[in-house]
Amino acid sequence: MLELKHVDAFYGNIQALRDVNIRVGEGEIITLIGANGAGKTTTLMAICGLVPPRSGEVLFQGQSLRGVSTDKIVARGICQVPEGRLIFPDLTVLENLDMGAFLRSDKDGLATDLEQVFALFPILKDRRRQLGGTLSGGEQQMLAISRALMARPKLLLLDEPSLGLAPLIIRQIFDIIKKINRESNTTIFLVEQNANQALKVAHRGYVMENGRITLEDSCDKLLANHEVKKAYLGL
Amino acid sequence: MEYFLQLFFGGLSRGSIYALIALGYTMVYGIIELINFAHGEIYMIGAFMGLIVAGVLTAQGWPALSILVIALVVSVLYCAAYGYTVEKIAYKPLRGSQRLTPLISAIGMSILLQNYIMLAQTPDFLPFPRLIPDLAFMERFSNFLGTSDLFIIVTSLAVMVALTLFIKFTRMGKAMRATAQNRKMAMLVGVNVDQVISMTFMIGSSLAAVGGVLIASHVGQINFAIGFLAGIKAFTAAVLGGIGSIPGAVLGGLVLGWTESFATGYVSSDYEDVFAFLLLVLILIFRPAGLLGKQRAQKV
Repeated sequence: MLELKHVDAFYGNIQALRDVNIRVGEGEIITLIGANGAGKTTTLMAICGLVPPRSGEVLFQGQSLRGVSTDKIVARGICQVPEGRLIFPDLTVLENLDMGAFLRSDKDGLATDLEQVFALFPILKDRRRQLGGTLSGGEQQMLAISRALMARPKLLLLDEPSLGLAPLIIRQIFDIIKKINRESNTTIFLVEQNANQALKVAHRGYVMENGRITLEDSCDKLLANHEVKKAYLGL
Repeated sequence: MEYFLQLFFGGLSRGSIYALIALGYTMVYGIIELINFAHGEIYMIGAFMGLIVAGVLTAQGWPALSILVIALVVSVLYCAAYGYTVEKIAYKPLRGSQRLTPLISAIGMSILLQNYIMLAQTPDFLPFPRLIPDLAFMERFSNFLGTSDLFIIVTSLAVMVALTLFIKFTRMGKAMRATAQNRKMAMLVGVNVDQVISMTFMIGSSLAAVGGVLIASHVGQINFAIGFLAGIKAFTAAVLGGIGSIPGAVLGGLVLGWTESFATGYVSSDYEDVFAFLLLVLILIFRPAGLLGKQRAQKV
């Protein structure tokens, strides 16, 4: 469904991604783990066209995304829950969700999706008239995920959904990620520092170091891998 | 009392014009954090376009009020096109560069437009016909509220209400609010940010055009330099209210209009500008974010 082929990306003169190759199949949950500054977020930015690759190619459903603007990429069905959640602080919860569905026009479908999102995160229903900026970190993360779901994405990109959240909420969020994948067959590409959790949820994983992919395997094997254990699982 | 009311309504009409122009500054700043110094010139160009339309139609013997309406419409469309073009030429190529760069480009654009109009038209003051007729029922208020003041106040109010509804309820309005709050996220939900920026410039320029035509008809003369002081005053109003805030721009415009009007009436007209800028200094000292501006701690 999504393929990165030999992607190089730069911030000015600084190279952030070096020859990155990633393949995400339809219906899979794929995780990309790595330390701070390894280039995980940049990988997502490259997919969404916010940091366009200088060389190499991003293919989505077999079509190249080279030169396609971010809003057109979103229109093709790629949605991102970005790092830091980026809730619109002065819009209400409902308006934030509405913005998620910005490119959709099917009123009926929107109403059912809104109900589904509220079923997934009941707390958001209680807070639907509250401004996004007044929510707690965990609630904002739920809102960010819900906002992305409102677009009915084919591919959902999640950037560190566990960052800064309490363990209980982290587990809840990961359960829901699995549920989204299972129930609506949404393909998920999950970027995480929390390798332990991410590898338990995903089917396959990639390990990134200094802008390069250094390992690629099924999650069971990565969890058993000596290097991964030492570097990312603290074992 | 009558004197007070006269100053009050004078300030209100003057403030409404400031508010109309200030909205353009504040909306552009809200979206791309740029002080568009060429905005005052758009207002001036709006007044000139109004003069051209008024000249042609007056020669044809059209009634004043219909000339005013046509002049407003033509001027709005013309300035919207101007705003669109200025953004594409002077600011879009500089997007992503340091903040100072587009600011200098804006100042350059302002100088360019002023001199262009000076050369293309004339450096002298041109008389502007009175397009706002005296209405009969306004006779008994004429001691403190002239028809043209009333017209300015009502038109500005209508335009501002329309703008508020547009921003609150239309798809483009929502996209504008989202872009102002977080441009990156707006892109990630599929907003075409280039389109939003163009639209913002067009709306801001249209509002300035309305202000330009109304005030030109009120004052009765225009020249190529009127955009400078009006621009500075409206910018002051925008900062006063809290730059980036739409209700702030309106409030700032009105407060500034009243300050000038009362200062002129009760102290001396020589001190009009002194009081206006003194007010700005005081606000910046005691409430740097402006009257309605927010200083928000970012949640991470």
